[in-house]
Amino acid sequence: MDLVATTTIRKPASEVYTFWRDLQNLPTFMAHLEQIRTTGDRTSHWTAAAPFGKDVEWDAEITEETPGERIAWRSTGHADVPNTGTVRFVPAPDGVSTEVHVSLVYDIPGGAVGKAVAKYFGEEPHQQLDDDLRRLKQVLETGEVVRSDGAPWGKRARKEFPQRPAQPLSDAELEKGADA
Amino acid sequence: MRANTWAGRNKVEVRDVPDPKILNSRDAIVRITSTAICGSDLHLVDGYVPTMQDGDVLGHEFMGEVIEVGSGVPGDRLRVGDRVVVPFPISCGACAACAAELYSCCENTNPNAGIAEKMFGHPVAGIFGYSHLTGGFAGGQAQYARVPFADVGPLKIEADLTDEQVLFLSDILPTGYMGAEMCDIQPSDVVAVWGAGPVGQFAMDSARVLGAAKVIAIDKEPYRLRMAEQAGHVPVNFDEVDVRSRLLELTGGRGPDKCIDAVGLEATHGSAHIGAYDRIKQAVRSETERPHALRQAIMSCRSGGVVSVIGVYGGFLDKFPAGAWMNRSLTLRTGQCHVQRYMKPLLGRIERGELDPTRIITHTLPLDEAARGFDIFKNKQDDCEKIVLKP
Ligand SMILES: [Zn+2]
Ligand SMILES: [Zn+2]
Repeated sequence: MDLVATTTIRKPASEVYTFWRDLQNLPTFMAHLEQIRTTGDRTSHWTAAAPFGKDVEWDAEITEETPGERIAWRSTGHADVPNTGTVRFVPAPDGVSTEVHVSLVYDIPGGAVGKAVAKYFGEEPHQQLDDDLRRLKQVLETGEVVRSDGAPWGKRARKEFPQRPAQPLSDAELEKGADA
Repeated sequence: MRANTWAGRNKVEVRDVPDPKILNSRDAIVRITSTAICGSDLHLVDGYVPTMQDGDVLGHEFMGEVIEVGSGVPGDRLRVGDRVVVPFPISCGACAACAAELYSCCENTNPNAGIAEKMFGHPVAGIFGYSHLTGGFAGGQAQYARVPFADVGPLKIEADLTDEQVLFLSDILPTGYMGAEMCDIQPSDVVAVWGAGPVGQFAMDSARVLGAAKVIAIDKEPYRLRMAEQAGHVPVNFDEVDVRSRLLELTGGRGPDKCIDAVGLEATHGSAHIGAYDRIKQAVRSETERPHALRQAIMSCRSGGVVSVIGVYGGFLDKFPAGAWMNRSLTLRTGQCHVQRYMKPLLGRIERGELDPTRIITHTLPLDEAARGFDIFKNKQDDCEKIVLKP
C-alpha cells in the first residue's frame, strides 16, 4: 500500500525537521503509533497498536538524511508489516512556512495478521495519514493536539467522523479515556 | 450544569450534562451570563446542516465570566474574574489563515477537518455548538462553556456596558458589519439588504455607519420592516411588491450599487415555480440550499456592483446566475465572519454610541425555556426578532 500526504506548517524547515528527526515525537500525532524508542543514532524500535489485542512491532533504521531537508527510513529484520517511509521538508513560497511531503509504503502480508492490519488501516488510510499530518501541524503551530468535546481524546480519536456527542465529559468518561 | 441540546430533528431540550473541563492548556472555562439564539441555530435544528448528534450542546453566541484558565493562557491576556465576549469561530492565532486575519478559516481548530474537507474542499475553523462538521465543540446555551484558545478569541469587557450592549459582538454584529465592509461603500451608494433579521438589521446599520447614502431593507415580515424603518432604512415588502421593479424605482433604474444577502439557505420567497423547484431538490437532498435571495441580489445589482453574501450557505446550489455575474462585471464577496478582527473596533463604536445592538432584542428568557424560545423565533411569533437567554 502506497500513501502520500502533504501539509504546510507555519514554521521554518529546520524546526519541523528537528521535531520529526526525534522519532519519539511521531506517536504524539500519528494515530496508529503507540511508541517509538530510539535504540541508536539511526536505529529505533516502533510499536503500533493493533486491533487484535497484540501490538505490531518492528525495528527500523534511517537510511538517508539531509538535515533540514529529508529523512528516509525502513523497517529491518522480521517486521510483521515491512514498511518504508520518506519525509521531505520544502520551504514554502511565503518564506515563512514549510511544506511537509510524506510518503509511506506498507507491505501488507497475507494471513490473519495481514487481514487484521488491512482492517486496522480502515477504508480510508489516506484520510488517516492526512489527519496525522493535521495533528502534526497543530502540535507545531499551537503546541498540542486540539481537542473538542466530540473528539476529546486528541490523536487517539482514531476515527474522526463518528464523534461522540458534543457535550462535556463526565468524570467517569474522562477516567475511562479513548478506549471506552 | 443545565444546557440546551439537540434532541433530534426539530427538537431541542434543556438537560443536565456534565460541567466542562479544561482539555487543552489554552482553554478557559466561562460561566455564562447571557447567550442568544441565532438564525443559523435553526438550520441545525431543521436538519439542513448534517452531522448533528443527540445530546450536542447548542449555541455559539455567548458571554460571561472566566472562572478557570489553563496553564497555557498568559495572565496578561486573560485571568479568572475577567468579563468576556466569546467569538463564535475558534481560532488558534498561529496558522496562515489566522496570520491573515481569516479567523473563520483557521487551519487548526477543527478536529473533524476530514469531513469539512469533503464538504467544502478545505476545512474551516471549529465553531461552538455548530455540528460535528465544524469540530464537535459544545456550545454556549448552557451555564458554563469550555473556550479553547482563550488567549486568542475572547474580548475582555472593561467598560461599564450591559451584557445586552456587547453580547452580539460574538457573532451577528461583526457578521452584519463584515457584510457592509465587503461592499466597499462609497458616499453615493444605495445599499440593499435582503433579510431584516438580526444580521440584516446590523448590516443595514453598518452600511449607514460606513457612509451609504440610502439603505433598503427587503423582507416580508411587517414587524421586521418596521424595525428597519425605525432605524432609518427604507422598507420593501416582497410579499406586496415586485422587488426588482421597486429597487429600480428607488435607484433611478440603476439597481442598488451594493447588495447584501443576509438570508442564506433559509430564503423562502420568490417566484412560485423556482421556489417549488428548490424545495423539492432540497427535500431529496440533491441540493442543500434555497438560494432565492442570492439569485435576486445578483439580478438586481447595478452593473459593476458588489454582491456581499453573509447569509449562511452549507453546501451546493444550482441555478446560480453566472451569466449576470459575468456579463455585468459584478463582484461577489463572502465569508463566514472573521469575528476576532472586528470585536475591538466595534466595541469602540458601541461605546461611542454609533451602533446600538440592543435595538433588536425582543425577548429575554431563562435558559430553561430555550425550547419555547426556539419555537417563538422559528415561527416568528410575537414579533420575535432576537432572543437572549439567561442561564
Ligand atoms: Zn449566530
Ligand atoms: Zn489558526
